[in-house]
Amino acid sequence: MNLEFTEEMTMLQDGLDKFLQHEYDFESRQKLSRQGIGYSEQHWQSFADMGLLGVAFDEQYGGFGLGQTGLIVVMEAIGKGLVLEPYLASIILGGQLVQQAGNEQQKESILPALIAGELKLAFAYVERQGRYNLADIACKAEKQSAGYLINGQKSVVFNAETADHIIVSARTSGDTISKEGISLFLIDKNTKGLNFRHYETVDGLRASEVSLNDVMVESSALLGELDNAYATIESVLDSAAAAICAEGVGVVGQLREKTVEYLKTRKQFNQVIGHFQVLQHRVVDMFMAEEQMRSLAYLAAIRVDEGQFDTRTKSVSAAKIYMGDARSIVAEQAAQLHGGIGVTDELDVAHYVKRLTMLNTLFGDRDYHLQRFSKV
Amino acid sequence: MDLKYTEQEQAFQQDVREFLQANYPADIQQKVAKGIALKKDDYVRWQKVLADKGWIAPGWPKEFGGPGWTPVEKYIFEEECGAANCLRTVSFGLVMLAPVLMQFGTDEQRKKYLSDIYNSDTWWCQGYSEPNAGSDLASLQTKAVKEGDHYIVNGSKTWTTHGHYADMMFTLVRTSQEDKKQKGISFLLIDMKAAGVTVDPIITVDGMHVVNQIFLEDVKVPVENLVGIEGDGWTIAKYLLQHERTYIAQVPRSKKQIDRLKTLAKKEMYNGQPLIEDSQFSAKIAQVEVELMALEMTNLRVLSKLSAGDSPGVESSLLKIKGTEVQQSITALLMETVGYFGFPYIKETMLEGWQDEPIGPEEASVLAPHYFDWRKSSIYGGSNEIQKNIMAKAVLGL
Repeated sequence: MNLEFTEEMTMLQDGLDKFLQHEYDFESRQKLSRQGIGYSEQHWQSFADMGLLGVAFDEQYGGFGLGQTGLIVVMEAIGKGLVLEPYLASIILGGQLVQQAGNEQQKESILPALIAGELKLAFAYVERQGRYNLADIACKAEKQSAGYLINGQKSVVFNAETADHIIVSARTSGDTISKEGISLFLIDKNTKGLNFRHYETVDGLRASEVSLNDVMVESSALLGELDNAYATIESVLDSAAAAICAEGVGVVGQLREKTVEYLKTRKQFNQVIGHFQVLQHRVVDMFMAEEQMRSLAYLAAIRVDEGQFDTRTKSVSAAKIYMGDARSIVAEQAAQLHGGIGVTDELDVAHYVKRLTMLNTLFGDRDYHLQRFSKV
Repeated sequence: MDLKYTEQEQAFQQDVREFLQANYPADIQQKVAKGIALKKDDYVRWQKVLADKGWIAPGWPKEFGGPGWTPVEKYIFEEECGAANCLRTVSFGLVMLAPVLMQFGTDEQRKKYLSDIYNSDTWWCQGYSEPNAGSDLASLQTKAVKEGDHYIVNGSKTWTTHGHYADMMFTLVRTSQEDKKQKGISFLLIDMKAAGVTVDPIITVDGMHVVNQIFLEDVKVPVENLVGIEGDGWTIAKYLLQHERTYIAQVPRSKKQIDRLKTLAKKEMYNGQPLIEDSQFSAKIAQVEVELMALEMTNLRVLSKLSAGDSPGVESSLLKIKGTEVQQSITALLMETVGYFGFPYIKETMLEGWQDEPIGPEEASVLAPHYFDWRKSSIYGGSNEIQKNIMAKAVLGL
């Protein structure tokens, strides 16, 4: 057993830390978030140049082959810097779908370009009535002689605005909520009948409502087996959920650090407020939550790489459950201990709080994962 | 022991209900129900309706224009206002300053200010907190130096709710340095239009502008704007804090929010069924309801004591903590109800006049911002930590 980072991971981490220090101060992040596409294409290219985009992909497509554990350092840094670039949406969700479900030709045409930063993806899997149930899919794809005709609505699709292709989960057979009969389609962004409504999200990112009105795609747009996409979707979302748990560790680390720093400098009643035991205990709780989260995030990454269904789902859900706990132990307490300024837009703390809160929602909240954990 | 309202109280309840039904403007009701930001005009419009009816100042003694209600009647009024989604009247003038003027002010001050407060012709704000004086309010440093018949005021106040609407600010300033920080504080009324007063907006986590930082630079304040005597400010502030804290728990409003939560959870689907039928989710709602049930009964017990002639005590700290905890739990559950639809942030949906098609459930996009914003409730009005200190000391003798 060895739970230390590999040399490659440590190098990645150092490179990322330097990048965040020089390029990603909070003010610059806020500016980026609020203008144009909501992130920097230049940063994205730097990520590609640093090799970040290929960390988890197979070497034959230009990746590093570090797998899910390699993503730990990337995602923790993304959490630490509240990074806006679409790593999760394009690389993890989009890229993993192609890697896991794509045929040789699809992988060849997508993955190298994705890793080089020349192409972006987005995954449309949320539907209005579905909540966190990945099988609750009403969007329909009908077989036609020339391919498939797709109709439906997808919600909260992250980074659809700058994606070149949208991967859509659609029902090709079976009843709504059935795990059978779901297929994936890789659709060119400019396909006729594909419409978007873009918006900002509360945590400073971008997402879109996507409507598909008689979208006609060729048979070659099918990604993976017909009717059998559920297991792939679940596996990729587990990978993404494990990744955001590492991101959560980065966020929580910042909230803990910033709160401790505040307790050491803020003076009331003629002393720094960090002298009050009741407040000390709260930040100790934060620290303990952070360490437990880190443990579960590492475990989830290892289990995802091992690829066993039971241990994977159980450990990913455990890590997500702990992230839900962190909402109250870390996010809410960080705001509380900062007092008034903790709920202002100006201070970075509120933005870390927002991200941690939304990470609980993303890929199923605490309740969802508690239920899933208990059923495995 | 009897929970039922007396016949007289029931008749009163009916009166209030009918009055609200007939007179509470529907557009304001809609805004409150949907969580849309309220404007100065909304407050003034509704407060003037209440003033005309004689119900704007339930806490004022009859000789100053109060309705002469019993504590239970005041509670019933609050309850009905909550149930009708009434906007909360602005407390700075009506609930905070007015009793202070009645107790400590001069006849001239009462004459000058009370009727404008009653009729909502003057908007007051509160200048208490400073950047370096929050929980430790008594360490405030804004200075007022007497020069002839004026005070010259320098310093800064912060978290000033609706400071950008205000005509006047009641404030705590330091008029002398004494051995104890609570001494040497005075209670001063400052005209917001006076030269040297600057109002800087503070944007909160929901992207909205409600609070402000106020800068005071050589502001000339006439000596007749001093309330009470110089150095009595802390006594006055404490008096103000004790006043009218019985309704701090906000039970009626939380009940209304629970209704809203249930309505939403009935509409949202999960696994092909309404979310409210999910046993895990309904158990979470039940948990908050139990807490609220206990809080309501505690609140009524305090009220009952008041009716029997007791004076309000440290119960207000308990009511504040439990009240804000319940409110915060509800905002969290509301956000959780809409799942992924908590993500879209469209600021315009929180403002008047937004007509576009909603993304997901109609009111979803305000729920996460409200959850984040409502974290403030356990910070303001004496943080919940300070309230616990008060109880440890005053109730438990620690």
